[in-house]
Amino acid sequence: MDKFETVEGVAAPMPLINIDTDMIIPKQFLKTIKRSGLGVHAFAEMRYHEDGTENPDFILNQAGYRNTKIIVAGDNFGCGSSREHAPWAIGDLGIKVIISTSFADIFYGNCFKNGILPIKLPQDKIDLLMDDARRGANATMTVDLVNQEIKGPDGGVIKFEIDAFKKHCLLEGLDDIGLTMEKEKSIDNFEQKMAEATPWI
Amino acid sequence: MAKTLYDKIWDAHIAHEADDGTCLLYIDRHMVHEVTSPQAFEGLRNSGRKVRAPEKVLAVADHNVPTSPMIGGVAAIKNNESRIQVQALEKNVKEFGIEYFDTNDIRRGVVHIIGPEQGFTLPGMTIVCGDSHTATHGAFGALAHGIGTSEVEHVLATQTLIQSKSKNMRVTINGSLPNGVTAKDITMAIIGKTGTAGGTGYVLEYAGQAIRELSMEGRMTVCNMAIEGGARAGLIAPDETTFAYLKGKPRAPKGEMWDQAVENWKTLFTDDDAKFDLEIEMDATELIPNATWGTSPQDVLPIDGTVPFPTDFEDEGRQQATQRALDYMGLEAGMKLTDIKIDRVFVGSCTNGRIEDLRAAAAILKGRKVADTVDAMVVPGSGLVKMLAEEEGLDIIFKDAGFDWREPGCSMCLAMNDDQLKPGERCASTSNRNFEGRQGFKGRTHLVSPAMAAAAAIKGHLTDVRDI
Repeated sequence: MDKFETVEGVAAPMPLINIDTDMIIPKQFLKTIKRSGLGVHAFAEMRYHEDGTENPDFILNQAGYRNTKIIVAGDNFGCGSSREHAPWAIGDLGIKVIISTSFADIFYGNCFKNGILPIKLPQDKIDLLMDDARRGANATMTVDLVNQEIKGPDGGVIKFEIDAFKKHCLLEGLDDIGLTMEKEKSIDNFEQKMAEATPWI
Repeated sequence: MAKTLYDKIWDAHIAHEADDGTCLLYIDRHMVHEVTSPQAFEGLRNSGRKVRAPEKVLAVADHNVPTSPMIGGVAAIKNNESRIQVQALEKNVKEFGIEYFDTNDIRRGVVHIIGPEQGFTLPGMTIVCGDSHTATHGAFGALAHGIGTSEVEHVLATQTLIQSKSKNMRVTINGSLPNGVTAKDITMAIIGKTGTAGGTGYVLEYAGQAIRELSMEGRMTVCNMAIEGGARAGLIAPDETTFAYLKGKPRAPKGEMWDQAVENWKTLFTDDDAKFDLEIEMDATELIPNATWGTSPQDVLPIDGTVPFPTDFEDEGRQQATQRALDYMGLEAGMKLTDIKIDRVFVGSCTNGRIEDLRAAAAILKGRKVADTVDAMVVPGSGLVKMLAEEEGLDIIFKDAGFDWREPGCSMCLAMNDDQLKPGERCASTSNRNFEGRQGFKGRTHLVSPAMAAAAAIKGHLTDVRDI
């Protein structure tokens, strides 16, 4: 996984609440056996008309927002299924940061496995950032994970919280499995203990 | 210290705890299906890793499989991508030595139905699957939740997950359910009250008389939709109902081992003075059958209700979402739910595809006919459910009423196979999600219980099953 670096640019406003995983990547695109190439299908049913042409109402189809790396979203982003195709699609689109009041648990975890930073902030902060996002190119923002802060266009700084281990893995681009395998001895010991305590498992 | 049921299972599965509190949670059972696993196996292959404990993994193809008879086997699946995905699973399970119920195996079916049927799911276990409805297995007092594909790979390689602990939430349903009100109505009513994000960050234990009085099938329906309320896992403490269901199941312990297991399972309950971070109580006697009107499971109302106006909500985001849902669903605010005409009926899914669900729908359909304007289908949750239903003659009741009797699979719950709504079609469905496009592009879903789905099929519109 690539190391997460500071992201600077325009943010796309997506104020709709409960943007679910079926909206992020509809099921017809889950039939792939690859991780890559899903960006073109991200948000497909909002992004394209039935004939396949772009829907100009959708934010990421609008001038100034096409290459955005940041989304400011409504509450409960990523609710629904466990499909990792959702962050794969969003990541493939070039999105590095999603900011919302809350995320569904599974989606939130999946983001970190794919080099995407989901940031949770209180409603008043989201309101500010949503206004900035609506100003497009006039209001770029900078997301700095090392210092856990978002610098707004008007000089304001918003701090955010993040789990220290998740931050470390994102910044270093670490492979979770490799890290866990270093603790193989602990897993072996646990299995032995459980074989005695609950032999029917 | 007093513990919740979740605390007990969590504490019993910590294989390693780092100084910063990050835990390696040991996973007892892992279920695998064709949609969320190919990239995980590919990852293992690319890094030269093995499956650590193949005997703790069970695989089945369910999301993509046709519900027409599988004559010609997997090679005959018409959709190229679906066929490739199922074939990839078959290749992967062979290469990594994982047990697999193939598409002709009587034990095949929706992953969350076959686990309990086989006794693969047992109380006190940790269970994961690359599918959010893994919450279903919580009905047995197992800590069960959905994971992403990277985590599927992580569990395959290490039999653990990197986790931090969730908060404790309890919903207590006091009193007994009135006639005509089911487990589905309970679980949807809870989501109506808490919202789809109400459970985010929590593991949700269901308790109270109405929950204790549910069968295992009903408890699975309740836990299945924990995720629709945002809770990653639902839990119900095991009891005599649980033990009676499991006894004699193929993978359940036998003989002395059974007695030893039951002794252990009897310790799996929340201590009297354990603390919950969030507690909600509801009165079962006040519940009536319900149905969703919108595009989120929280858009649920008692069947005697009316479609809301955006201005019924204070929150601006909810107002906008409501307007969008009304437009998408093609409904007028203020209309009665029972005036909503339907085109399709779907009975099935990991929420309501078990034998009791089919019995409930058949009880309403017996001697009656599906309305001329309605196209109705029933998809048993597994080969074993289908076989049992046929032994009981339920297939005849469904077919006589005008239902299409299908082969097992996920089918029109998520419409990855050919079972899909056409744009604009409206369906009374026993599944779990009414998201935009969930059952087919521009399709419109109303979530209901099996009995309510049967009632809607007969009347051609959403109906209070108690009036049939």
